[in-house]
Amino acid sequence: MNNNAIRDSSTNISRRRFLVASAAAGGGLALGFHIPFSFAAAETKTAGEEVTAWVLIRPDDTCVIRIARSEMGQGTRTGLAQLVAEELECNWKNVTTESPTAGENLARKRVWGEMSTGGSRGIRTSEDYVRRGGAAARIMLLQAAADQWKVPVGELSVSEGVITHAPSKRTTTYGKVAAAAAKLSPPDPKSIQLKDPREWKIAGKPVKRLDTSPKLNGSQVFAIDVKQPGMLCATIKACPVFGGKLASYDEAKIAGRPGVRGAVKVNDATVAVVADTWWHAKTALDALPIVWDEGADANQSSATIAQRLEQGLTASEAFASRNEGDALKAIDGAAKKVTAVYSTPFLAHSTMEPMNCTAKVSADRAEVWVPTQNAEASLAALSEASGVALEKCEVYKHDLGGGFGRRGGTQDYVRQAAAIAKQFPGIPIKMIWSREEDMTHDFYRPLSQCRMAAGIDENGKLVGLHVRVAGPSISGYLTPSVVVDGRDDRQLQGYYAKPGDAQLGYTVPNLLIEYALRPTHVPVGPWRGVNTNQNAVYMECFMDEAARAAGADPLEFRRALMANHPKHLAVLNAAAEKADYGKPLPAGVYRGIAQFMGYASYSAAVAEVSVNPQGKLKVHRIVLALNCGHPVNPQQIAAQIEGSVAFGLTAMLYGEMTVENGRMKQQNFDTYEIMRLAEMPKVETVLVPSYDFWGGVGEPTIAVVSPAVLNAIHAATGKPVRSLPLKNLSLV
Amino acid sequence: MQTLNVNGKLREVEVEEDTPLLWVIREQIGLTGTKYGCGVAQCGACSVHINGELKRSCSIKVSTLKASDKIVTIEGLSPTSSHPVQKAWLDLDVPQCGYCQSGQIMAAAALLAKNPNPSDPDIDAAMTNICRCGTYQRIRAAVHAAAGMAKSAGPASPASQAPKA
Repeated sequence: MNNNAIRDSSTNISRRRFLVASAAAGGGLALGFHIPFSFAAAETKTAGEEVTAWVLIRPDDTCVIRIARSEMGQGTRTGLAQLVAEELECNWKNVTTESPTAGENLARKRVWGEMSTGGSRGIRTSEDYVRRGGAAARIMLLQAAADQWKVPVGELSVSEGVITHAPSKRTTTYGKVAAAAAKLSPPDPKSIQLKDPREWKIAGKPVKRLDTSPKLNGSQVFAIDVKQPGMLCATIKACPVFGGKLASYDEAKIAGRPGVRGAVKVNDATVAVVADTWWHAKTALDALPIVWDEGADANQSSATIAQRLEQGLTASEAFASRNEGDALKAIDGAAKKVTAVYSTPFLAHSTMEPMNCTAKVSADRAEVWVPTQNAEASLAALSEASGVALEKCEVYKHDLGGGFGRRGGTQDYVRQAAAIAKQFPGIPIKMIWSREEDMTHDFYRPLSQCRMAAGIDENGKLVGLHVRVAGPSISGYLTPSVVVDGRDDRQLQGYYAKPGDAQLGYTVPNLLIEYALRPTHVPVGPWRGVNTNQNAVYMECFMDEAARAAGADPLEFRRALMANHPKHLAVLNAAAEKADYGKPLPAGVYRGIAQFMGYASYSAAVAEVSVNPQGKLKVHRIVLALNCGHPVNPQQIAAQIEGSVAFGLTAMLYGEMTVENGRMKQQNFDTYEIMRLAEMPKVETVLVPSYDFWGGVGEPTIAVVSPAVLNAIHAATGKPVRSLPLKNLSLV
Repeated sequence: MQTLNVNGKLREVEVEEDTPLLWVIREQIGLTGTKYGCGVAQCGACSVHINGELKRSCSIKVSTLKASDKIVTIEGLSPTSSHPVQKAWLDLDVPQCGYCQSGQIMAAAALLAKNPNPSDPDIDAAMTNICRCGTYQRIRAAVHAAAGMAKSAGPASPASQAPKA
């Protein structure tokens, strides 16, 4: 070790002490955004040298990139690795990834920042610090080579993990200098100059995913596949009526069944059967006599809920989120008045992998193996449910068989698994929900209704717009304290005045946007796209209705309102251009167009559909344009867009959870249908990045799919569709 | 005790006779690539081949099978993941979350075994498994690509094409 390295090492120690103290003051697991400010390396159990928290390098030049966010198919693992590798200047072929656990993140004062993966934030809110993490490692690796050769670091260059000193024609590799680099002090993150994204060589390119191979031969271990020595299996039933309780169950009736170890109370509303196999647990649970106290809401139905929402559309009291000019007066005095009432139903997430969690709990240690969008929320839930201190808990995150918002903050299934495992100390318990349990005990996409009114002057100009949304509130259900007096902007996502996230792309001189909170007993939560999907249906279908009333082309009618929204307009124009909007279509084929903003990204779609004389719909083609600012992997963005079309069309065609006797009626895919391949239209992705912001990808494009198709149906049939799903309607 | 022929091996299992094949494969034999999705033969995540026929294993009682019935799961499709369908799936980056893909691959392999050059309507009719991530567009493209690979003479080149942006 040379003098330089010794001095660096001592500096490093005092710097780390400072960082530890600051992190402790910042409050480890506090919710909300957390920007990691330290790259300090630590001793690690993984073979190789940890240069920074994000980068570990092995002697054979393998670069292990740490990914804190969850992977549920959306491609974030590959995208984040591309960003780190870009700044690291390593050889992409040598990149592998690993995921720190929530316990490691806690123990290291959240060196990897927030692990939560939702709101299309996986890349856009961590891009800066992961790129700095990669760049810091590059700087340290180059410095280590310079120290070794005793030359100024400025004389070195690096390409694909090979460091060259041109004057002396010497080369070395990252693998050879990693051990020395790991002992150096990391540079001040703020001093690091990141690359201009237009000069990217790995990021921004359509590289293939890093995680495909094990998904092709059955070797990928999802949490539902976990095997632990001595493991038992469990399955649960919760009271079918939301808010009801478990009154009693007759365990003696299943005592003699094969493999059964017992029935246990999980919580006030839930019972589990534990057995040697899941099939034994499931069949025993089906045979278990259970008495429920169904509670006050057992008489609720879709009809009673709809009535409450209808009342919200006309109630005198509502939260006015935007009130610009005098919309009611402008509409009243307008030459033409257009009104319409829309409605969208409750939706289940239906991840293909049902809710599951394997838990092992003893007096001083609790562990879970779990598909989670938020490993830190899983850790907190595990600690709370097991009674074991946070530091003695661990969460082993498995790639999710679908997330879509279901496996984020709520963590009900982790609490349940921990509560069961606590009653079998030291024995790993794999709890898997049946599909029926999964579908009937979700946190559903809230249903809502929307009343729209527009005033159009004699020149065909939109002079006033009144939007009233009524329905339950996600925040009001999950975090009631944040919704005071029904003031919940989140349910109006996509209608905001404020730019940057989910801004309405139209300027209307007189605008009133209101929300009437109408809670129900049904649990609600974020569902991929959250409130943008239904709000886009309301706004964009109504724009077409208003355009018709004005005698205008729907695209031209929109353009006239978008002068102040150049980014929205550019994406709308890109979709229209790619789809040859305005040019003739084959006989019987009709177009519809829509645009919307969510998750800081701008989307627009043009759909081409036909409706045959029997009323059968065929969606032929969807052109979908997106400006997400900086595209990190164009082919994976296309994959997300293709998937978002299937997700949006499924909701539009089939998606509906209805309430009968206080409980959900649909229990499996025979009654809650998911679109199949035969109905998949041709999807053409148009990326129009403006390289001046970071937008999300996983969610925003769903919003424009249904309204573009519904507007095309309106063009085809001459009749507007105002209530979803289409399976309930005749298009003849 | 019952004998099953799974991926070319004879396996002795001791289960109740109404146990679905899916759970025997997953819990007794320990092969977890075959997935539980619905339990009512709706989603196809549990798809396997029995004597070359595509079957949804969640709805087949184990007692209806004989030791002579050849059961193939995703793990047994190819010893080196080199079945044309697996190669096409890799080339086109088909999977997202991947949970349904074992079943999708088994369905595609069964289709191509009977119909080496399927049309789009053939694919529509044969590929009825649910993918919640919505990978259908790439599944269709990959079935065509696998058909092309299987047709081309000699061992297929392992070189993969860059997926389309």
